[in-house]
Amino acid sequence: MLARIQLSDDEVTQLTGQLDAIVDNIAKVSEVATPDVAATSHPIAMHNVFREDVVGQTLTTAQALQNAPDADGDRFRVTAILGEEQ
Amino acid sequence: MSEIIRWTAAELGAKLAAGEVSSVEATQAHLDRIAAVDGDVHAFLHVNEHALDAAAEIDRRRAAGEQLGELAGVPLAIKDVLVTTDQPSTSGSRILEGYRSPFDATVVARSRAAGLVGIGKTNMDEFAMGSSTEHSAYGPTHNPWDLDRIPGGSGGGSAAAVAAFEAPLALGSDTGGSIRQPAHVTGTVGIKPTYGGVSRYGAIALASSLDQVGPVSRTVLDAGLLHDVIGGHDPKDSTSLPEAWPSFAAAAREGATGQVLQGLKVGVIKELPDSGFQSGVASSFHAALKLMEAQGAEIVEISAPHFEYGVAAYYLILPAEASSNLAKFDSVRFGLRVTPDGGGTVEDVMSLTREVGFGPEVKRRIILGTYALSAGYYDAYYGSAQKVRTLIQQDFDAAFAQVDVIATPSAPTTAFKLGEKIGDPLQMYLNDLTTIPANLAGVPGISIPSGLAEEDGLPVGIQFLAPAREDARLYRVGAALETLLVDAWGGPLLDRAPILGGNR
Amino acid sequence: MAAVKLIDFDKALELFEPVLGFEVHVELNTETKMFSDAPNPANERNHDAEPNTLIAPVDLGLPGSLPVVNEKAVRSSISLGLALGCSIAESCRFARKNYFYPDLGKNYQISQYDEPIAFEGSVEVQLEDGTLVTIPIERAHMEEDAGKLTHMGGATGRIQGAEYSLVDYNRAGVPLVEIVTKPIFGAEHRAPEIAKAYVAAIRDIVRGLGISEARLERGNLRCDANVSLRPRGQEKLGTRTETKNVNSMRSVERAVRYEIQRQAAILADGGSITQETRHWHEDTGTTSPGRPKSDADDYRYFPEPDLLPVQPPRELVEELRAALPEQPVARRRRLKADWGFGDIEFQGVVNAGLLDEVEATIAAGTTADAARKWWTGEISRIANEREVDAASLIAPASVAALQQLVDAGTLTDKLARQVLEGVIAGEGTPQQVVDARGLAVVSDDGALIAAIDEALAAQPDVLAKIKDGKVQAAGAVIGAVMKAMKGQADAARVRELILERAAQ
Ligand SMILES: [Mg+2]
Ligand SMILES: [Zn+2]
Repeated sequence: MLARIQLSDDEVTQLTGQLDAIVDNIAKVSEVATPDVAATSHPIAMHNVFREDVVGQTLTTAQALQNAPDADGDRFRVTAILGEEQ
Repeated sequence: MSEIIRWTAAELGAKLAAGEVSSVEATQAHLDRIAAVDGDVHAFLHVNEHALDAAAEIDRRRAAGEQLGELAGVPLAIKDVLVTTDQPSTSGSRILEGYRSPFDATVVARSRAAGLVGIGKTNMDEFAMGSSTEHSAYGPTHNPWDLDRIPGGSGGGSAAAVAAFEAPLALGSDTGGSIRQPAHVTGTVGIKPTYGGVSRYGAIALASSLDQVGPVSRTVLDAGLLHDVIGGHDPKDSTSLPEAWPSFAAAAREGATGQVLQGLKVGVIKELPDSGFQSGVASSFHAALKLMEAQGAEIVEISAPHFEYGVAAYYLILPAEASSNLAKFDSVRFGLRVTPDGGGTVEDVMSLTREVGFGPEVKRRIILGTYALSAGYYDAYYGSAQKVRTLIQQDFDAAFAQVDVIATPSAPTTAFKLGEKIGDPLQMYLNDLTTIPANLAGVPGISIPSGLAEEDGLPVGIQFLAPAREDARLYRVGAALETLLVDAWGGPLLDRAPILGGNR
Repeated sequence: MAAVKLIDFDKALELFEPVLGFEVHVELNTETKMFSDAPNPANERNHDAEPNTLIAPVDLGLPGSLPVVNEKAVRSSISLGLALGCSIAESCRFARKNYFYPDLGKNYQISQYDEPIAFEGSVEVQLEDGTLVTIPIERAHMEEDAGKLTHMGGATGRIQGAEYSLVDYNRAGVPLVEIVTKPIFGAEHRAPEIAKAYVAAIRDIVRGLGISEARLERGNLRCDANVSLRPRGQEKLGTRTETKNVNSMRSVERAVRYEIQRQAAILADGGSITQETRHWHEDTGTTSPGRPKSDADDYRYFPEPDLLPVQPPRELVEELRAALPEQPVARRRRLKADWGFGDIEFQGVVNAGLLDEVEATIAAGTTADAARKWWTGEISRIANEREVDAASLIAPASVAALQQLVDAGTLTDKLARQVLEGVIAGEGTPQQVVDARGLAVVSDDGALIAAIDEALAAQPDVLAKIKDGKVQAAGAVIGAVMKAMKGQADAARVRELILERAAQ
């Protein structure tokens, strides 16, 4: 599942219906989104916004880990990445 | 009820400066108000246990002779979408329950530096997805005008807090109308600044190219004062505009003199006919325009042929960006973790955590967004929607060549009943019809109260839109109309709201 | 695991034409990360930092955090693009590559997709026999690295069979340039050698630019090798595999050879190649399948809304072009002439990757021959024995100082080798080792004469033989004297003294 959300059957049924809304939106948008129109990915045009290569304040390890659901020493801990059959 | 809580932020600030009241007294008065009414309103997800300490500190600095800003010592409610170091930040989601940020949002840090006293975190639709605050994982907020009705959304908590006199000021965020539509239904003022005018650093992202943080208040001047504090360039947000801004409070004060309406050209959009609005909304809108006309404003019909494509484009762009922005909630570094019975892989844990931790509206939009970005669909979906942004910008450019500001009703209807539209997301989405184009184009918008709808007695807002970077124009025009209306009403609209607390 | 069938390499080449492609990731050595101001672990001074100490909010994908582009990383990327003979984009942008993995703080990687900063170039690489081959470059783009996973609880430390994994996000956000070649045709039986030479060429280029530490063993340079085969005479390309993270030059060579042999065996049997990523195993010299191409490869790219386009000013591009160091191939041509080396001697230095070291040693005051002999001789021998880089053992200045002691007669070649070991063992400068170990040549004739007298007394017939003209008989006495002097004597001087003695 691309979105990493386990869904119940009910939710899947509901969502399948709502995908139509996306299809309707695309149909609507396609009426005017012709090839000659440029896309706007950013509402106010700017470019070359940079930061100087200078070290700033870092988080402490304690701050980095303070919200971790699980940690082991100074690292975050997650369960096995591969299942047994893999 | 203490009179302190009825004062505007500007009034309270002046009395604090004059020593007529202390910040501790003012903060306590608002905490008392929260204790009295928030059981009914539920504007707050968290009340700041450090608020009185912060207030005492401001009093101490003032007593020490320090020169403080106009809002120093004034309580501030903070939408829970903004991260704070001294209070939890959940964005209205179960997945972030108890989350503690190691850094403050820039707007929070600037408010703190200006001496504002963070009084609590306000309720919102989960991750700002919604127009009614019913999608909060922590239960809905109730409209102070009628507790059975929605306070708007996603920033219903901030608007309701201000409308219920639980705070004179609040911070909000507006991705498709989340500041302006709640203002409309609660009889308050809300501004979505020009995209890039206020830093997004520390605002938990919904749709990065649409999100903008802004002030929520009871008067245009108060909004301007807060905007002056939070706005301006922030190197931590690459999309932050580098230029210096004029004082918005000064613009509001100038506007209040009424001169600005003389010769002002106000555009009314031909493609938004009255038939699209509740009759009381349309008539309040036209009455406000009449009032402006009487002061020398010229009402000009303009055409914005692509606004009608805004909602469709918005509901392609928003889910796409949101699906990516919300991928970080995976139970690894922060937030909820739910492990399946008997264990499972990281993937299983992530999937179950997100199933349990996200509400239905969030899941809906993530799935739709994932689909809209999937291989082969990008150009058709996201890419086409971005073309609509270009067309809407062109509509704005053409319109602003003819007029100084555009006016619309802020939303199609007054506050609807809690639960009325929750089962029909598409109906809910139409609520943002008039507010969405500003987010798509990046231009600023303000909603101020225009009156009450005759059929239900509920507040109605009027929205003004200005060209990008012309936020000050909105403060001038908004304050001018506000002055006329308050005169006509014989006092602020919120004076007519039902008295809360006590006998419920 | 079923035994993998391989076909003889020459046989494979008879049947099929190999087509190569490479993706090399270069970690830039900027002070800070690509999108945050946290210290960069790919910079020499931070490489041994403790886990999760080089962290800014955006490196963990903390709610509310935002990326800001490192200007130095952009400049380094442009320089690298230019050194690869690429065109530099007038305008390019960042994109989000969305996929879930626990080492990815945001669950998307900020990369470049349809608009890379550099495109269409070529690199000249030199094979061991000096042949030049041109490798066509498709693009070079900027992106960020992911964190580091350590797999625990399994027997092997590999992901397979691990019970859990630990995540260190120090590396998350390290600036990367990914260099992608076009398909490389005509490599034929030199394919493995070309692979190795290409990686060496990239290493030399980035070293020359000073933009990366370029240590393969630390992962500063990581190569993914694509190999496909097509039957002789066929136009259409075969199905390719991508062997990931081959992290030494020798391994790149071996991995390409292995894949050619493996794929040829399958195809010769009438089978077909699965398009997949494969992992290189250094210990067994084999590759094994990684995850097959699946929905996980639908990265749902879209333009990064938190960042703005990069439009390298033409003046900057020209400034960086003018500052490019000499191209490695041209430099070699020059050094070979300067040093007066023959083909074999020079390639020996080049193939050992010791060009920089030899050059620096000469600059510190030795002859070219002496520098070459030390580096390709004794130092390389020790490095091989210990399986480390020769360059990591000793500084060029120390080698030069050592040679100067030999030139001054303070050390014999044999003594100098002992001093070298002392320096490598960390006992100090060559002079300090000489002093501490008392290794200097005994130049006091008196001590030598005493030893000679003793030796002659022990072998009385020798003196007579020498007087008879049998000068070679002196050898036996020289050996005895050297032994008595514990090697700290100049054998030539000892011989002179013996002959003087015989002449008396
Ligand atoms: Mg790649
Ligand atoms: Zn890459």
